[in-house]
Amino acid sequence: MVMRRVNRTLVYAALIVAAILYLLPVYVVVITSLKSNASVSLAQMWTFPTHASLASLRDAWAQLGPNFGNSFYLAIPATILSASFGALNGYALTKWKFRGANVLFFVILMGLFIPYQSVLIPLLRVMDSLGLYNSIPGLILVHTVYGIPITTLIFRNFYSLIPDDILEAAKIDGTGYWGIFRYIILPLSMAGFVVAGIWQFTQIWNNFLFAVALTNPPNQPVTVALVNIAGSQTVQWNVQMASALLVSLPTLVVYIVLGKYFVRGLLAGAVKG
Amino acid sequence: MAQEVLPTKIPKAPRALKRRPKTWDSRMPWLTLLPSIVLLGVFVYGFIGWSGYVSLTNWNSFIPTLTWAGLKNYVTVLTSFRFQSDLRNIFYFTLLFIVGVLVVGLILALLIDQKIRAESLFRSIFIFPMAISFVVTGVIWSWLLNPTTGVNLILKAFGITGPQWFLSTRFVPPFHLGQINIGVPIALLAVVLAAVWQMSGFSMAVYLGGLRAIPDELKEAARMDGASAWRTFWSIIFPNLKGTTATIVVVEAAASLKVFGLIYAMTGAGQDFSTDMPNLNMFQTTFSGDAFAQGAAIAILILILMAAFTVPYVLSVLRGER
Repeated sequence: MVMRRVNRTLVYAALIVAAILYLLPVYVVVITSLKSNASVSLAQMWTFPTHASLASLRDAWAQLGPNFGNSFYLAIPATILSASFGALNGYALTKWKFRGANVLFFVILMGLFIPYQSVLIPLLRVMDSLGLYNSIPGLILVHTVYGIPITTLIFRNFYSLIPDDILEAAKIDGTGYWGIFRYIILPLSMAGFVVAGIWQFTQIWNNFLFAVALTNPPNQPVTVALVNIAGSQTVQWNVQMASALLVSLPTLVVYIVLGKYFVRGLLAGAVKG
Repeated sequence: MAQEVLPTKIPKAPRALKRRPKTWDSRMPWLTLLPSIVLLGVFVYGFIGWSGYVSLTNWNSFIPTLTWAGLKNYVTVLTSFRFQSDLRNIFYFTLLFIVGVLVVGLILALLIDQKIRAESLFRSIFIFPMAISFVVTGVIWSWLLNPTTGVNLILKAFGITGPQWFLSTRFVPPFHLGQINIGVPIALLAVVLAAVWQMSGFSMAVYLGGLRAIPDELKEAARMDGASAWRTFWSIIFPNLKGTTATIVVVEAAASLKVFGLIYAMTGAGQDFSTDMPNLNMFQTTFSGDAFAQGAAIAILILILMAAFTVPYVLSVLRGER
């Protein structure tokens, strides 16, 4: 019994140490954000600010504010569009067995694993000739298309859990393809949309490559604006950390509120789901 | 590619279905998938083909010169100091990063699996870095690992002189092969550390799923036989996590080969390309250097590396489903 208690204590001690290590960056970001220009110094990095100042956050917001608009304008439509494609594809792939379904799924799924550098040059040319280069609608299109593989995967896994018996009854009643989708599948899809939606929102919000390749100021999403602030000539660590904090807030709020669904999206990336 | 997956045995459609006359409903799944297939056909497969074509041309200036160059760009890239450095870096980065997320993820999962209190709180803490952007991580860790402050300040309190982290120019061991120093660049360790912090939540979550899938009777039986916890782990638990480990390796390898924002925000190419990556090289060669054909060649080489990991994995998963 004594051994057991010692073991339990060790387990908790290890977990708490690990948790502290994982949260250290958060601590540094928050305290640095609350320091003013004058009170931020290399030697006092870890010390709590003597008096909290919102000046850095205000500074960061002044630079990032417009980019926040861009990121929301990008992430919300692209999330809805790619999740809708995913739902339709998942339905077609799981509930209507047809020849070649697996081949088509493979063709779609491999889009998940491509390094996006391998499509970047043609993508730029095409966006340019469509008049979508350096525009948020252009980025919406790009994130919708490259989001299809993961949303299809998520919905395919999700729909395969809905028993086919329900559909058989509807088919016998003469309900057609879209009727079944509309009246049987869609009402059961809420959780699927939450998982796919959270995942896509996070990915699109956090994306940097497409944003930096396809947009210039003032059309840049927050991730690019953050890197611009971090790369500017005068190094203001407090403003950098405040910017990093602001950029992370939307996805962190989503994660804190709906973490369970985020993890399900995360595990879908492991293909098996 | 599609040829390889043509199923060896296609499950026979039920007779009733075969006899049914062709209706719109039977074509609907195809029609539903058509827009996605067309979009991905263009944006993924078409563009990859287009990149492949560009990589074989002389388009290495601002003006698109699409004259045939053969494999010239590949030779230029493969013999360049920068790309050879990239290959060293991506090799060490992938290796250290995967070992890091496997070890950290497994330890965390084993700890969490001890029927602890506040399990979901601990899980949330270990997974939250996955919800933030790689560029945020890069910015934060370039502050944390700034050699004159941050982590080194803590180390100093213990009387340890911290490394120069991402500003280090050391290679361990210093060993030259051709023009390249093939030791591990110390600067790269800083990036690995940040990446493991960000991505180990994934391996923890997958391992936790794997651990929970091992039947309790198995562990119980081992305990009854008087096996120590250590022995139980190596003889029962670890062998049962093989598939889980393989999954993590492939997914994290794919993530590692995609690493871009983290490097861009944290270190850039680094001194003597000590933290450069193929993805960053491609981006700068193409868009800063206007060497589009060489950039395309780098992109195709990254794609080949990626395919070597992922195609066999996806095929085996899809086969296993049937």
